[in-house]
Amino acid sequence: MLDINHISKTFHPGTISAKTALNDLSVHLAPGDFVTIIGSNGAGKSTLFNAVAGSFYVDAGTITLDGRDITYLPEHKRAKIIGRMFQDPLKGTAPNMTIEENLALAYVRSGEKSSLFSTLKKKDKDIFRERLALLNMGLEDRLKHPVGLLSGGQRQALTLLMATMSTPKILLLDEHTAALDPGTAEKVLELTKHIVEKDHITCMMITHNMHQALELGNRTFLMSDGNIVLDVKGEERKGLTVDDLLDKFRQGTGKDLDNDRILLST
Amino acid sequence: MLFILQTALELGFLYSLVPLALFISFRILNIADMTTDGCFVLGAAVSVTMAAAGHPFLGIVCAMLSGACAGIVTAFLQTRMGVPSILAGIITNTGLYTVNLMVMGWSSNVSLLKTETLYTIFKKTGIGKSWNEAILSGLIVILVAALVFAFLGTRLGLMIRASGDNIDMVRASSINPAFTITVGLAVANSLTALSGALVGQYQSTTDINSGTGIVVVALACLIIGETCLGKKTILKGVIAAILGSLIYRTIYAIILYTKVIPVQGLKLMTAVVVALAIFAPTFKDWLAFQKQKKTAGKRGQKNA
Repeated sequence: MLDINHISKTFHPGTISAKTALNDLSVHLAPGDFVTIIGSNGAGKSTLFNAVAGSFYVDAGTITLDGRDITYLPEHKRAKIIGRMFQDPLKGTAPNMTIEENLALAYVRSGEKSSLFSTLKKKDKDIFRERLALLNMGLEDRLKHPVGLLSGGQRQALTLLMATMSTPKILLLDEHTAALDPGTAEKVLELTKHIVEKDHITCMMITHNMHQALELGNRTFLMSDGNIVLDVKGEERKGLTVDDLLDKFRQGTGKDLDNDRILLST
Repeated sequence: MLFILQTALELGFLYSLVPLALFISFRILNIADMTTDGCFVLGAAVSVTMAAAGHPFLGIVCAMLSGACAGIVTAFLQTRMGVPSILAGIITNTGLYTVNLMVMGWSSNVSLLKTETLYTIFKKTGIGKSWNEAILSGLIVILVAALVFAFLGTRLGLMIRASGDNIDMVRASSINPAFTITVGLAVANSLTALSGALVGQYQSTTDINSGTGIVVVALACLIIGETCLGKKTILKGVIAAILGSLIYRTIYAIILYTKVIPVQGLKLMTAVVVALAIFAPTFKDWLAFQKQKKTAGKRGQKNA
Protein backbone atom coordinates (compact mmCIF):
# COMPACT_ATOMS: atom_id res chain seq x y z
CA MET A 1 0.00 0.00 0.00
CA LEU A 2 2.59 2.53 1.12
CA ASP A 3 6.16 2.25 -0.15
CA ILE A 4 8.79 4.58 1.20
CA ASN A 5 12.18 4.24 -0.49
CA HIS A 6 15.28 5.80 1.03
CA ILE A 7 13.79 9.17 1.88
CA SER A 8 15.90 11.85 3.56
CA LYS A 9 15.11 15.32 4.76
CA THR A 10 17.43 17.91 6.26
CA PHE A 11 16.04 21.19 7.60
CA HIS A 12 18.14 24.37 7.24
CA PRO A 13 20.90 22.58 5.30
CA GLY A 14 24.31 24.25 5.32
CA THR A 15 23.58 26.32 8.41
CA ILE A 16 24.58 25.89 12.02
CA SER A 17 21.04 24.73 12.85
CA ALA A 18 20.99 22.05 10.15
CA LYS A 19 18.99 19.06 11.35
CA THR A 20 18.65 15.74 9.60
CA ALA A 21 15.08 14.80 10.44
CA LEU A 22 14.78 11.79 8.15
CA ASN A 23 17.84 9.73 7.38
CA ASP A 24 17.57 7.28 4.46
CA LEU A 25 14.32 5.83 5.74
CA SER A 26 12.69 2.93 3.89
CA VAL A 27 9.56 1.01 4.84
CA HIS A 28 6.77 -0.93 3.25
CA LEU A 29 3.20 -1.12 4.54
CA ALA A 30 0.83 -3.87 3.43
CA PRO A 31 -2.86 -3.04 2.85
CA GLY A 32 -4.72 -3.05 6.17
CA ASP A 33 -1.57 -2.62 8.27
CA PHE A 34 -2.17 -0.69 11.50
CA VAL A 35 1.20 0.60 12.68
CA THR A 36 1.85 2.26 16.02
CA ILE A 37 4.94 4.46 16.19
CA ILE A 38 6.93 5.43 19.26
CA GLY A 39 10.26 7.18 19.60
CA SER A 40 12.39 9.74 21.38
CA ASN A 41 11.78 13.46 21.16
CA GLY A 42 12.85 14.63 17.73
CA ALA A 43 13.18 11.11 16.35
CA GLY A 44 11.37 12.17 13.18
CA LYS A 45 7.92 10.69 13.81
CA SER A 46 5.95 13.77 12.83
CA THR A 47 8.45 14.56 10.08
CA LEU A 48 7.72 11.14 8.58
CA PHE A 49 4.01 12.00 8.56
CA ASN A 50 4.70 15.42 7.07
CA ALA A 51 6.72 13.79 4.30
CA VAL A 52 3.96 11.32 3.50
CA ALA A 53 1.23 13.97 3.64
CA GLY A 54 3.26 16.43 1.56
CA SER A 55 3.77 19.31 4.01
CA PHE A 56 7.23 19.48 2.39
CA TYR A 57 9.01 17.58 -0.37
CA VAL A 58 11.75 15.14 0.63
CA ASP A 59 15.37 15.82 -0.36
CA ALA A 60 15.89 12.32 -1.70
CA GLY A 61 14.00 9.07 -2.19
CA THR A 62 10.49 8.26 -3.37
CA ILE A 63 7.08 7.75 -1.78
CA THR A 64 4.55 5.50 -3.51
CA LEU A 65 0.98 5.14 -2.28
CA ASP A 66 -1.25 2.46 -3.75
CA GLY A 67 0.99 2.15 -6.80
CA ARG A 68 1.07 5.89 -7.47
CA ASP A 69 4.25 7.93 -7.10
CA ILE A 70 3.26 10.85 -4.86
CA THR A 71 6.76 12.14 -4.07
CA TYR A 72 6.16 15.51 -5.76
CA LEU A 73 2.38 15.68 -5.58
CA PRO A 74 1.21 18.90 -3.85
CA GLU A 75 -0.23 18.55 -0.36
CA HIS A 76 -3.83 19.42 -1.23
CA LYS A 77 -3.87 16.83 -4.03
CA ARG A 78 -2.51 14.11 -1.76
CA ALA A 79 -5.19 14.97 0.76
CA LYS A 80 -7.67 13.28 -1.56
CA ILE A 81 -6.25 9.87 -0.66
CA ILE A 82 -4.66 10.61 2.73
CA GLY A 83 -6.58 11.20 5.94
CA ARG A 84 -4.75 13.04 8.70
CA MET A 85 -5.32 14.03 12.31
CA PHE A 86 -3.20 16.16 14.62
CA GLN A 87 -2.79 16.39 18.35
CA ASP A 88 -4.40 19.84 18.37
CA PRO A 89 -8.20 19.38 18.14
CA LEU A 90 -8.48 22.90 16.68
CA LYS A 91 -6.52 21.99 13.56
CA GLY A 92 -8.97 19.72 11.83
CA THR A 93 -12.17 21.77 11.77
CA ALA A 94 -13.33 25.29 10.86
CA PRO A 95 -14.66 26.87 14.10
CA ASN A 96 -16.95 29.51 12.60
CA MET A 97 -18.75 27.06 10.35
CA THR A 98 -21.49 24.69 11.43
CA ILE A 99 -21.10 20.95 11.90
CA GLU A 100 -22.94 20.20 8.68
CA GLU A 101 -20.86 22.72 6.74
CA ASN A 102 -17.65 21.13 8.01
CA LEU A 103 -18.87 17.69 7.04
CA ALA A 104 -19.90 19.02 3.63
CA LEU A 105 -16.29 20.12 3.08
CA ALA A 106 -15.03 16.66 3.99
CA TYR A 107 -17.37 15.44 1.29
CA VAL A 108 -15.27 17.36 -1.24
CA ARG A 109 -12.52 14.82 -0.65
CA SER A 110 -14.71 11.96 -1.73
CA GLY A 111 -14.09 13.14 -5.27
CA GLU A 112 -17.73 12.72 -6.19
CA LYS A 113 -18.12 14.82 -9.28
CA SER A 114 -20.70 17.20 -7.95
CA SER A 115 -20.91 20.80 -9.08
CA LEU A 116 -19.08 23.55 -7.21
CA PHE A 117 -22.40 25.32 -6.96
CA SER A 118 -24.36 22.48 -5.43
CA THR A 119 -25.85 23.03 -2.01
CA LEU A 120 -26.44 20.68 0.92
CA LYS A 121 -29.30 18.31 0.17
CA LYS A 122 -31.54 16.59 2.66
CA LYS A 123 -30.00 13.30 1.56
CA ASP A 124 -26.52 14.58 2.53
CA LYS A 125 -27.80 15.73 5.90
CA ASP A 126 -29.34 12.32 6.55
CA ILE A 127 -25.98 10.71 5.85
CA PHE A 128 -24.27 13.21 8.20
CA ARG A 129 -26.79 12.51 10.93
CA GLU A 130 -26.33 8.77 10.56
CA ARG A 131 -22.51 9.07 10.74
CA LEU A 132 -22.64 11.47 13.69
CA ALA A 133 -24.92 9.11 15.58
CA LEU A 134 -22.05 6.58 15.48
CA LEU A 135 -20.02 8.94 17.68
CA ASN A 136 -22.63 8.69 20.39
CA MET A 137 -22.05 12.30 21.43
CA GLY A 138 -25.42 13.76 20.52
CA LEU A 139 -23.88 15.75 17.67
CA GLU A 140 -26.49 14.46 15.22
CA ASP A 141 -28.99 16.91 16.73
CA ARG A 142 -26.61 19.86 16.50
CA LEU A 143 -25.96 20.04 12.76
CA LYS A 144 -26.55 23.81 12.71
CA HIS A 145 -24.22 24.58 15.63
CA PRO A 146 -20.85 26.23 14.95
CA VAL A 147 -18.00 23.80 15.55
CA GLY A 148 -16.30 26.40 17.76
CA LEU A 149 -18.88 25.61 20.47
CA LEU A 150 -17.85 21.94 20.71
CA SER A 151 -15.41 20.52 23.26
CA GLY A 152 -11.95 19.35 22.20
CA GLY A 153 -13.03 15.73 22.29
CA GLN A 154 -16.12 16.38 20.21
CA ARG A 155 -14.07 18.32 17.68
CA GLN A 156 -11.51 15.53 17.47
CA ALA A 157 -14.24 12.93 16.98
CA LEU A 158 -15.72 15.11 14.24
CA THR A 159 -12.29 15.42 12.62
CA LEU A 160 -11.97 11.63 12.68
CA LEU A 161 -15.30 11.35 10.94
CA MET A 162 -14.22 13.92 8.36
CA ALA A 163 -10.86 12.25 7.74
CA THR A 164 -12.54 8.92 7.07
CA MET A 165 -15.70 10.19 5.37
CA SER A 166 -14.38 8.83 2.11
CA THR A 167 -12.09 5.91 2.93
CA PRO A 168 -8.50 7.17 2.64
CA LYS A 169 -5.70 5.00 1.27
CA ILE A 170 -3.81 5.74 4.45
CA LEU A 171 -4.76 7.39 7.71
CA LEU A 172 -2.09 9.32 9.64
CA LEU A 173 -2.81 9.86 13.33
CA ASP A 174 -0.31 12.13 15.09
CA GLU A 175 -1.00 11.63 18.82
CA HIS A 176 -4.59 12.53 18.08
CA THR A 177 -5.79 11.72 21.60
CA ALA A 178 -2.91 13.28 23.53
CA ALA A 179 -4.61 16.63 24.18
CA LEU A 180 -7.84 15.10 25.45
CA ASP A 181 -8.83 14.14 28.99
CA PRO A 182 -8.41 10.38 29.68
CA GLY A 183 -12.11 9.52 29.36
CA THR A 184 -12.58 11.34 26.07
CA ALA A 185 -9.24 10.05 24.77
CA GLU A 186 -10.43 6.50 25.43
CA LYS A 187 -13.65 7.17 23.56
CA VAL A 188 -11.94 8.74 20.53
CA LEU A 189 -9.50 5.83 20.47
CA GLU A 190 -12.36 3.31 20.51
CA LEU A 191 -13.96 5.15 17.61
CA THR A 192 -10.68 5.13 15.73
CA LYS A 193 -10.33 1.39 16.21
CA HIS A 194 -13.91 0.81 15.14
CA ILE A 195 -13.69 2.88 11.96
CA VAL A 196 -10.26 1.58 10.96
CA GLU A 197 -11.39 -2.02 11.35
CA LYS A 198 -14.75 -1.51 9.66
CA ASP A 199 -13.27 0.11 6.55
CA HIS A 200 -9.96 -1.85 6.58
CA ILE A 201 -7.99 1.39 6.51
CA THR A 202 -4.19 1.24 6.37
CA CYS A 203 -3.14 3.36 9.30
CA MET A 204 -0.11 4.80 11.10
CA MET A 205 -0.47 6.17 14.61
CA ILE A 206 2.11 8.05 16.65
CA THR A 207 1.62 7.58 20.37
CA HIS A 208 3.55 8.18 23.56
CA ASN A 209 1.68 5.51 25.44
CA MET A 210 3.76 2.28 25.37
CA HIS A 211 0.83 0.06 26.36
CA GLN A 212 -1.30 1.56 23.65
CA ALA A 213 1.50 1.05 21.16
CA LEU A 214 1.52 -2.67 21.85
CA GLU A 215 -2.23 -3.21 22.27
CA LEU A 216 -3.37 -1.45 19.12
CA GLY A 217 -2.68 -2.54 15.57
CA ASN A 218 -0.51 -5.29 14.15
CA ARG A 219 2.88 -3.57 13.88
CA THR A 220 5.03 -1.24 15.96
CA PHE A 221 7.86 1.01 14.78
CA LEU A 222 10.47 2.41 17.12
CA MET A 223 12.04 5.53 15.69
CA SER A 224 15.33 7.20 16.52
CA ASP A 225 17.50 9.79 14.74
CA GLY A 226 15.35 10.00 11.65
CA ASN A 227 15.01 6.32 11.00
CA ILE A 228 13.00 3.27 12.01
CA VAL A 229 15.33 1.30 14.27
CA LEU A 230 12.89 -1.42 15.17
CA ASP A 231 9.94 -2.90 13.28
CA VAL A 232 8.06 -5.37 15.49
CA LYS A 233 5.33 -7.49 13.94
CA GLY A 234 3.75 -10.92 13.77
CA GLU A 235 4.71 -13.59 16.31
CA GLU A 236 7.50 -11.50 17.75
CA ARG A 237 5.01 -8.77 18.75
CA LYS A 238 2.61 -11.11 20.58
CA GLY A 239 3.22 -11.27 24.29
CA LEU A 240 5.74 -8.43 24.14
CA THR A 241 5.75 -6.28 27.28
CA VAL A 242 6.67 -2.63 27.66
CA ASP A 243 9.94 -3.61 29.33
CA ASP A 244 10.80 -5.93 26.44
CA LEU A 245 10.19 -3.05 24.08
CA LEU A 246 12.43 -0.71 26.08
CA ASP A 247 15.14 -3.36 26.12
CA LYS A 248 14.87 -3.81 22.38
CA PHE A 249 15.17 -0.08 21.93
CA ARG A 250 18.32 0.00 24.04
CA GLN A 251 19.83 -2.84 22.03
CA GLY A 252 18.86 -1.25 18.76
CA THR A 253 20.18 2.25 19.43
CA GLY A 254 22.60 1.83 22.29
CA LYS A 255 20.71 4.38 24.41
CA ASP A 256 17.58 4.75 26.52
CA LEU A 257 14.29 5.84 25.07
CA ASP A 258 14.23 9.54 25.79
CA ASN A 259 10.76 11.02 25.52
CA ASP A 260 9.48 13.10 28.40
CA ARG A 261 5.88 12.27 27.72
CA ILE A 262 6.55 8.54 27.56
CA LEU A 263 8.44 8.71 30.86
CA LEU A 264 5.51 10.53 32.44
CA SER A 265 2.91 8.10 31.18
CA THR A 266 4.64 4.82 32.14
CA MET B 1 -36.08 65.96 6.34
CA LEU B 2 -37.57 63.68 3.71
CA PHE B 3 -34.97 64.96 1.30
CA ILE B 4 -32.21 63.89 3.66
CA LEU B 5 -33.70 60.42 3.96
CA GLN B 6 -33.98 60.15 0.18
CA THR B 7 -30.33 61.06 -0.39
CA ALA B 8 -29.29 58.72 2.39
CA LEU B 9 -31.20 55.80 0.86
CA GLU B 10 -29.84 56.46 -2.62
CA LEU B 11 -26.21 56.74 -1.60
CA GLY B 12 -26.56 54.13 1.14
CA PHE B 13 -27.71 51.48 -1.32
CA LEU B 14 -25.32 52.56 -4.07
CA TYR B 15 -22.26 52.32 -1.86
CA SER B 16 -23.46 49.30 0.17
CA LEU B 17 -21.91 46.81 -2.23
CA VAL B 18 -18.44 47.89 -1.12
CA PRO B 19 -19.00 46.86 2.54
CA LEU B 20 -20.55 43.67 1.15
CA ALA B 21 -17.33 43.10 -0.82
CA LEU B 22 -15.31 43.72 2.34
CA PHE B 23 -17.52 41.26 4.17
CA ILE B 24 -16.25 38.62 1.74
CA SER B 25 -12.60 39.67 1.63
CA PHE B 26 -12.05 41.05 5.14
CA ARG B 27 -14.46 39.02 7.26
CA ILE B 28 -14.73 35.71 5.42
CA LEU B 29 -11.31 35.38 3.76
CA ASN B 30 -9.59 37.37 6.50
CA ILE B 31 -7.68 39.47 3.95
CA ALA B 32 -7.49 43.28 4.10
CA ASP B 33 -8.00 43.90 0.39
CA MET B 34 -6.48 47.23 -0.56
CA THR B 35 -7.50 46.78 -4.21
CA THR B 36 -10.84 48.33 -3.25
CA ASP B 37 -10.14 52.06 -3.90
CA GLY B 38 -8.80 51.58 -7.40
CA CYS B 39 -11.30 48.87 -8.20
CA PHE B 40 -14.20 51.18 -7.35
CA VAL B 41 -12.92 53.79 -9.83
CA LEU B 42 -12.27 51.04 -12.39
CA GLY B 43 -15.93 50.00 -12.19
CA ALA B 44 -17.09 53.62 -12.51
CA ALA B 45 -14.71 54.35 -15.39
CA VAL B 46 -15.72 51.27 -17.39
CA SER B 47 -19.42 51.81 -16.78
CA VAL B 48 -19.44 55.55 -17.58
CA THR B 49 -17.21 55.20 -20.63
CA MET B 50 -19.43 52.46 -22.01
CA ALA B 51 -22.58 54.40 -21.21
CA ALA B 52 -21.11 57.34 -23.11
CA ALA B 53 -20.68 54.98 -26.04
CA GLY B 54 -24.36 54.04 -25.75
CA HIS B 55 -24.15 50.78 -23.75
CA PRO B 56 -25.31 51.47 -20.18
CA PHE B 57 -26.33 47.84 -19.44
CA LEU B 58 -23.29 46.25 -21.02
CA GLY B 59 -21.24 48.84 -19.12
CA ILE B 60 -22.43 47.43 -15.80
CA VAL B 61 -21.58 43.85 -16.82
CA CYS B 62 -18.15 44.84 -18.14
CA ALA B 63 -17.46 46.84 -14.98
CA MET B 64 -18.09 43.74 -12.86
CA LEU B 65 -15.85 41.62 -15.10
CA SER B 66 -13.05 44.18 -14.94
CA GLY B 67 -13.40 44.27 -11.15
CA ALA B 68 -13.12 40.48 -11.02
CA CYS B 69 -9.93 40.73 -13.10
CA ALA B 70 -8.47 43.22 -10.63
CA GLY B 71 -9.27 40.76 -7.83
CA ILE B 72 -7.61 37.94 -9.73
CA VAL B 73 -4.44 40.04 -10.17
CA THR B 74 -4.30 40.72 -6.43
CA ALA B 75 -4.90 37.04 -5.68
CA PHE B 76 -2.22 36.00 -8.17
CA LEU B 77 0.35 38.31 -6.56
CA GLN B 78 -0.55 36.88 -3.19
CA THR B 79 -0.95 33.17 -3.83
CA ARG B 80 1.52 32.54 -6.65
CA MET B 81 4.16 35.23 -6.27
CA GLY B 82 4.38 35.31 -2.49
CA VAL B 83 3.56 39.01 -2.08
CA PRO B 84 2.07 39.69 1.39
CA SER B 85 -1.70 40.17 1.07
CA ILE B 86 -1.92 43.86 2.02
CA LEU B 87 0.99 44.75 -0.25
CA ALA B 88 -0.56 42.73 -3.10
CA GLY B 89 -3.68 44.91 -2.92
CA ILE B 90 -1.66 48.13 -2.75
CA ILE B 91 0.39 47.11 -5.79
CA THR B 92 -2.73 46.34 -7.83
CA ASN B 93 -4.31 49.57 -6.61
CA THR B 94 -1.32 51.61 -7.77
CA GLY B 95 -1.33 49.94 -11.18
CA LEU B 96 -5.06 50.51 -11.51
CA TYR B 97 -4.55 54.30 -11.42
CA THR B 98 -2.97 54.15 -14.87
CA VAL B 99 -5.47 51.56 -16.08
CA ASN B 100 -8.35 53.79 -14.97
CA LEU B 101 -6.90 56.82 -16.79
CA MET B 102 -6.54 54.62 -19.86
CA VAL B 103 -10.16 53.49 -19.62
CA MET B 104 -11.30 57.13 -19.43
CA GLY B 105 -9.26 57.98 -22.51
CA TRP B 106 -6.34 59.53 -20.63
CA SER B 107 -8.60 62.09 -19.03
CA SER B 108 -9.01 62.49 -15.28
CA ASN B 109 -12.80 62.72 -15.51
CA VAL B 110 -15.63 61.77 -17.84
CA SER B 111 -19.12 63.28 -17.76
CA LEU B 112 -22.25 62.03 -19.42
CA LEU B 113 -24.28 64.72 -21.15
CA LYS B 114 -27.67 63.70 -22.41
CA THR B 115 -26.56 60.09 -22.71
CA GLU B 116 -28.81 57.39 -21.40
CA THR B 117 -27.86 55.67 -18.16
CA LEU B 118 -29.52 52.94 -16.15
CA TYR B 119 -31.12 55.67 -14.08
CA THR B 120 -32.51 57.82 -16.90
CA ILE B 121 -34.01 54.69 -18.48
CA PHE B 122 -35.65 53.66 -15.21
CA LYS B 123 -36.91 57.19 -14.60
CA LYS B 124 -38.87 57.05 -17.86
CA THR B 125 -40.93 54.11 -16.55
CA GLY B 126 -42.33 56.49 -13.94
CA ILE B 127 -42.02 53.96 -11.11
CA GLY B 128 -41.54 55.51 -7.67
CA LYS B 129 -41.65 59.09 -8.95
CA SER B 130 -38.97 61.14 -7.23
CA TRP B 131 -37.86 58.05 -5.30
CA ASN B 132 -37.01 56.15 -8.48
CA GLU B 133 -33.25 56.31 -7.96
CA ALA B 134 -33.46 54.96 -4.42
CA ILE B 135 -35.84 52.20 -5.56
CA LEU B 136 -33.69 51.06 -8.48
CA SER B 137 -30.53 51.04 -6.35
CA GLY B 138 -32.34 49.20 -3.57
CA LEU B 139 -33.68 46.53 -5.92
CA ILE B 140 -30.27 45.90 -7.47
CA VAL B 141 -28.56 45.71 -4.08
CA ILE B 142 -31.15 43.35 -2.60
CA LEU B 143 -30.88 41.07 -5.64
CA VAL B 144 -27.07 41.06 -5.47
CA ALA B 145 -27.09 40.47 -1.70
CA ALA B 146 -29.46 37.52 -2.13
CA LEU B 147 -27.15 36.06 -4.79
CA VAL B 148 -24.10 36.53 -2.55
CA PHE B 149 -25.89 34.83 0.33
CA ALA B 150 -26.90 31.89 -1.88
CA PHE B 151 -23.37 31.65 -3.28
CA LEU B 152 -21.84 31.41 0.21
CA GLY B 153 -24.04 28.39 0.89
CA THR B 154 -22.81 26.42 -2.13
CA ARG B 155 -19.92 24.00 -1.99
CA LEU B 156 -17.60 26.61 -3.50
CA GLY B 157 -18.87 29.18 -1.00
CA LEU B 158 -18.14 26.79 1.88
CA MET B 159 -14.64 26.22 0.53
CA ILE B 160 -14.01 29.98 0.45
CA ARG B 161 -15.35 30.41 3.98
CA ALA B 162 -13.18 27.58 5.30
CA SER B 163 -10.09 29.17 3.68
CA GLY B 164 -10.45 32.17 5.96
CA ASP B 165 -11.37 30.07 8.97
CA ASN B 166 -8.85 27.23 9.05
CA ILE B 167 -6.43 26.93 6.16
CA ASP B 168 -4.89 23.67 7.49
CA MET B 169 -8.27 22.04 7.38
CA VAL B 170 -8.82 23.32 3.85
CA ARG B 171 -5.63 21.68 2.61
CA ALA B 172 -6.56 18.48 4.42
CA SER B 173 -9.88 18.51 2.59
CA SER B 174 -7.98 18.42 -0.74
CA ILE B 175 -8.95 22.00 -1.57
CA ASN B 176 -6.34 24.31 -3.08
CA PRO B 177 -6.40 27.52 -0.99
CA ALA B 178 -4.86 29.47 -3.89
CA PHE B 179 -7.96 28.66 -5.91
CA THR B 180 -10.48 29.61 -3.21
CA ILE B 181 -8.68 32.88 -2.38
CA THR B 182 -8.66 33.77 -6.09
CA VAL B 183 -12.38 33.12 -6.48
CA GLY B 184 -13.17 34.98 -3.25
CA LEU B 185 -11.21 38.09 -4.21
CA ALA B 186 -12.64 38.03 -7.74
CA VAL B 187 -16.20 37.97 -6.39
CA ALA B 188 -15.47 40.67 -3.79
CA ASN B 189 -13.88 43.01 -6.32
CA SER B 190 -16.63 42.48 -8.87
CA LEU B 191 -19.02 43.75 -6.20
CA THR B 192 -16.81 46.79 -5.52
CA ALA B 193 -16.67 47.51 -9.24
CA LEU B 194 -20.45 47.10 -9.50
CA SER B 195 -20.86 49.71 -6.79
CA GLY B 196 -18.54 52.05 -8.70
CA ALA B 197 -20.43 51.33 -11.91
CA LEU B 198 -23.79 52.22 -10.35
CA VAL B 199 -22.46 55.37 -8.67
CA GLY B 200 -20.88 56.48 -11.95
CA GLN B 201 -24.12 56.18 -13.91
CA TYR B 202 -26.18 57.66 -11.06
CA GLN B 203 -23.99 60.76 -10.95
CA SER B 204 -23.47 60.75 -14.73
CA THR B 205 -19.82 61.41 -14.12
CA THR B 206 -16.69 59.85 -12.80
CA ASP B 207 -13.41 61.15 -11.54
CA ILE B 208 -10.03 59.47 -11.17
CA ASN B 209 -10.01 60.32 -7.45
CA SER B 210 -13.59 59.28 -6.66
CA GLY B 211 -12.44 56.09 -4.95
CA THR B 212 -10.00 57.64 -2.49
CA GLY B 213 -10.62 56.39 1.01
CA ILE B 214 -13.58 54.24 0.05
CA VAL B 215 -12.10 51.16 1.70
CA VAL B 216 -12.01 52.93 5.08
CA VAL B 217 -15.57 54.21 4.74
CA ALA B 218 -16.81 50.76 3.70
CA LEU B 219 -15.03 49.15 6.61
CA ALA B 220 -16.72 51.61 8.96
CA CYS B 221 -20.11 50.79 7.39
CA LEU B 222 -19.51 47.07 7.88
CA ILE B 223 -18.56 47.57 11.53
CA ILE B 224 -21.56 49.86 12.17
CA GLY B 225 -23.85 47.20 10.70
CA GLU B 226 -22.23 44.39 12.68
CA THR B 227 -22.44 46.39 15.89
CA CYS B 228 -26.19 46.77 15.35
CA LEU B 229 -26.93 43.24 14.14
CA GLY B 230 -24.15 41.00 15.38
CA LYS B 231 -22.05 38.89 13.04
CA LYS B 232 -22.86 35.38 14.12
CA THR B 233 -24.31 34.07 10.88
CA ILE B 234 -23.65 34.70 7.20
CA LEU B 235 -27.18 36.09 6.72
CA LYS B 236 -26.62 38.63 9.49
CA GLY B 237 -23.27 39.60 8.00
CA VAL B 238 -24.75 40.23 4.56
CA ILE B 239 -27.60 42.32 5.97
CA ALA B 240 -25.22 44.15 8.32
CA ALA B 241 -23.09 45.31 5.37
CA ILE B 242 -26.09 46.97 3.72
CA LEU B 243 -27.65 48.28 6.93
CA GLY B 244 -24.32 49.77 8.00
CA SER B 245 -24.03 51.61 4.71
CA LEU B 246 -27.55 53.05 5.07
CA ILE B 247 -26.82 54.26 8.60
CA TYR B 248 -23.50 55.79 7.59
CA ARG B 249 -25.01 57.67 4.66
CA THR B 250 -27.87 58.95 6.84
CA ILE B 251 -25.37 60.50 9.23
CA TYR B 252 -23.44 61.83 6.26
CA ALA B 253 -26.58 63.36 4.69
CA ILE B 254 -27.62 65.02 7.94
CA ILE B 255 -24.23 66.67 8.24
CA LEU B 256 -24.33 67.74 4.60
CA TYR B 257 -27.76 69.38 4.78
CA THR B 258 -27.86 70.80 8.26
CA LYS B 259 -24.32 72.13 7.83
CA VAL B 260 -23.60 71.48 11.50
CA ILE B 261 -20.13 71.08 10.15
CA PRO B 262 -18.93 73.07 7.12
CA VAL B 263 -18.70 71.01 3.94
CA GLN B 264 -14.93 71.47 3.86
CA GLY B 265 -14.81 69.67 7.20
CA LEU B 266 -16.48 66.55 5.87
CA LYS B 267 -13.31 64.56 5.37
CA LEU B 268 -12.30 65.11 8.97
CA MET B 269 -15.81 64.24 10.08
CA THR B 270 -15.66 61.03 8.04
CA ALA B 271 -12.38 60.12 9.65
CA VAL B 272 -13.86 60.75 13.10
CA VAL B 273 -16.95 58.70 12.33
CA VAL B 274 -14.77 55.86 11.01
CA ALA B 275 -12.49 55.93 14.03
CA LEU B 276 -15.47 55.96 16.39
CA ALA B 277 -17.18 53.16 14.47
CA ILE B 278 -14.11 50.97 14.67
CA PHE B 279 -13.68 51.95 18.32
CA ALA B 280 -17.26 50.95 19.24
CA PRO B 281 -16.75 47.19 19.79
CA THR B 282 -13.58 47.86 21.82
CA PHE B 283 -15.45 50.48 23.87
CA LYS B 284 -18.26 47.99 24.50
CA ASP B 285 -15.75 45.44 25.82
CA TRP B 286 -14.07 48.08 27.98
CA LEU B 287 -17.43 49.14 29.44
CA ALA B 288 -18.34 45.54 30.20
CA PHE B 289 -14.96 45.05 31.84
CA GLN B 290 -15.34 48.16 34.04
CA LYS B 291 -18.77 46.93 35.13
CA GLN B 292 -17.37 43.49 35.85
CA LYS B 293 -14.53 45.00 37.90
CA LYS B 294 -16.99 46.98 40.00
CA THR B 295 -19.46 44.17 40.65
CA ALA B 296 -16.70 41.63 41.17
CA GLY B 297 -15.26 43.85 43.89
CA LYS B 298 -18.64 44.12 45.62
CA ARG B 299 -19.27 40.39 45.33
CA GLY B 300 -15.88 39.81 46.86
CA GLN B 301 -16.69 42.09 49.81
CA LYS B 302 -19.98 40.31 50.40
CA ASN B 303 -18.23 36.98 50.59
CA ALA B 304 -15.56 38.31 52.93
